[in-house]
Amino acid sequence: MTRLRQLLPFALFALAMVATQGLLRALEMEYCLTQLTMALYYAIVVIGLCLVMGYAGQVSLGHGAFFAIGGYTSAVLTTHDFSRFKAAGWAGGLKQLHVFVGQQDLFGNQIMTVSPWAAFFAAMLLTLVVATLIGYPALRLKGHYLAMATLGFGLIVNKTVLGTAAFGAADGINGVPEWTLAPGLTICGKSAARVSNYYIAATLVLALLLLLRNLLHSRVGRALQAIHDRETAANAMGIDTAAYKLRAFVLSALLAALAGVFFTHYTAGIGPSEAGALKSVRYVALAAAGGMANLWGVTVMSTGLNYLSLRGLFGSYDHAVFGVILILIISIAPDGPLKPLGKWMGGLASRLRPEGRREHGAA
Amino acid sequence: MALLEVENVRRSFGGLVAVDKTTFQVAPGQIKAIIGPNGAGKTTLFNIISGLLRPDSGRVTFHSRPVTGLKPYQIARLGLSRTFQNPSLFLRMNVLENVMVGRHSRSRWGFAGCCLRWPGQPREERNIRDTAMAQLDYVGLAPLAHCPAGALAFGQRRMVELARALATEPTLLLLDEPASGLNTKEKEDLGQLIRKIRDRGVTVLLVEHDMKLVMDLADDIVVLHYGIPIAEGPPSVIQSDPKVISVYLGGEVQADSAGGELSAKWSQSP
Repeated sequence: MTRLRQLLPFALFALAMVATQGLLRALEMEYCLTQLTMALYYAIVVIGLCLVMGYAGQVSLGHGAFFAIGGYTSAVLTTHDFSRFKAAGWAGGLKQLHVFVGQQDLFGNQIMTVSPWAAFFAAMLLTLVVATLIGYPALRLKGHYLAMATLGFGLIVNKTVLGTAAFGAADGINGVPEWTLAPGLTICGKSAARVSNYYIAATLVLALLLLLRNLLHSRVGRALQAIHDRETAANAMGIDTAAYKLRAFVLSALLAALAGVFFTHYTAGIGPSEAGALKSVRYVALAAAGGMANLWGVTVMSTGLNYLSLRGLFGSYDHAVFGVILILIISIAPDGPLKPLGKWMGGLASRLRPEGRREHGAA
Repeated sequence: MALLEVENVRRSFGGLVAVDKTTFQVAPGQIKAIIGPNGAGKTTLFNIISGLLRPDSGRVTFHSRPVTGLKPYQIARLGLSRTFQNPSLFLRMNVLENVMVGRHSRSRWGFAGCCLRWPGQPREERNIRDTAMAQLDYVGLAPLAHCPAGALAFGQRRMVELARALATEPTLLLLDEPASGLNTKEKEDLGQLIRKIRDRGVTVLLVEHDMKLVMDLADDIVVLHYGIPIAEGPPSVIQSDPKVISVYLGGEVQADSAGGELSAKWSQSP
């Protein structure tokens, strides 16, 4: 019974996703699914950030950079021509293992690249190493050293990408091939695959939310919250606080990179703005707007606001809008707007009910 | 064979020496108290024993293992648990979850296993919940299990903290001023509870200002003055120790006459 009640939000989320698609189809606006799919991938970054900020109590200003590391690793490996290694014995072996695959480049030349799956694992591995190197020293200290370390790190990644020809400099990388996850399930931007890609993204988000919900309702989740509340007491209760903060941060970086890989295959490319500091700040703003330690709030707010931004609603004020959101949230509703809104609606509902049950409003 | 040995420990903050030349032992099964005027270094000593502070010199041995230099979580895993002078509950959690955190070092599933609810993990989770609930029941707070920790009264917070510390299954429990902020009735209950905890095999080391409670409860007392131990012994000996009397009553006093005055003073609750 309680298990069923816990799973109810997940069922509602799935239902909402299906209903959205049905509605857009009925309105002949299915083209909107493209931006919605992208917004769902961005939401994964914010969900990961929610783990670090809302639960472990650390701020990361480098999640745009982890998204970019995932995306660029995939993009470079799946577009770069490795043909010159063809003769080497190890390359033959890797081809046997489908790590290297033959394909045609934009001009129809036969080239040899890394397969999307292999590139995905490479991206995850690289993120794991980089996030550990950044997080290890910063998280052994108390306080907001992680915010500073990740801010600097984000700038380095951004400038490196902009200044490196192999990463396409200011143009980024285009022509990233499609990624076939399973027969019939291909991540690509073709309009014929629009609906299936929307469902791939929605399923991925749903699956990650389920996994994180499990994590947060376990000894690990309690340990992270304990660290956020009172680090000293958490340590005295037997929690290796430094190790837990690091693991939460690395997991969160992996989620950002995962989103980057999917996003890059979906949009067939990635640009340097994804690694920008403003993008990282936007993720923090979205996590705050969703209420930080609130997986559902974060998912809904970040998907919604990013969708509006991708549809161009905020025009040239795009970044400014997210700055204003961050300021408003911090000054007016530090727990995010959803909780006070929910309370207000609850109060309204109890007042409207004829018998006027007051205790609901008081709770 | 002592359970805890503190040997010649010294710790200073800048120019201020908070603890110095401090040596004592805690035998298994006893209730030992550390007393002394404010600023005597009692909490500093607790923080050194539990690993929150490193001593400048000297050593602490627990279960015959040197623990100086270990992190608090490592010492906690060896079976030492503590409460804080100001109850430090995790205020975003409810009462039961607070106590469940105490089970951390007695459970093992990590990030991946918990994400996937790997076979065995849900059972461990139920175990954690049941054990935590039993500890809450032990301190008499089971009815409040699902209250937010922030909604509790001060005395109740102390009890939750105690339940959380007990949930780690300690062999040695450090209590930092457990009675401060409690009313007379709560203090009596606390005294009984501490005895009950000792009777189940947990050794107790406590810092306390309430002399009536200390004299009733402790098997053995260490008196600290400006970070240096000036007396050690059972309550009756401490009450008539001239050095202790001069520290508590001030100035040079005649031991025989003042001893009675002090024991009269300490038998009332402040």
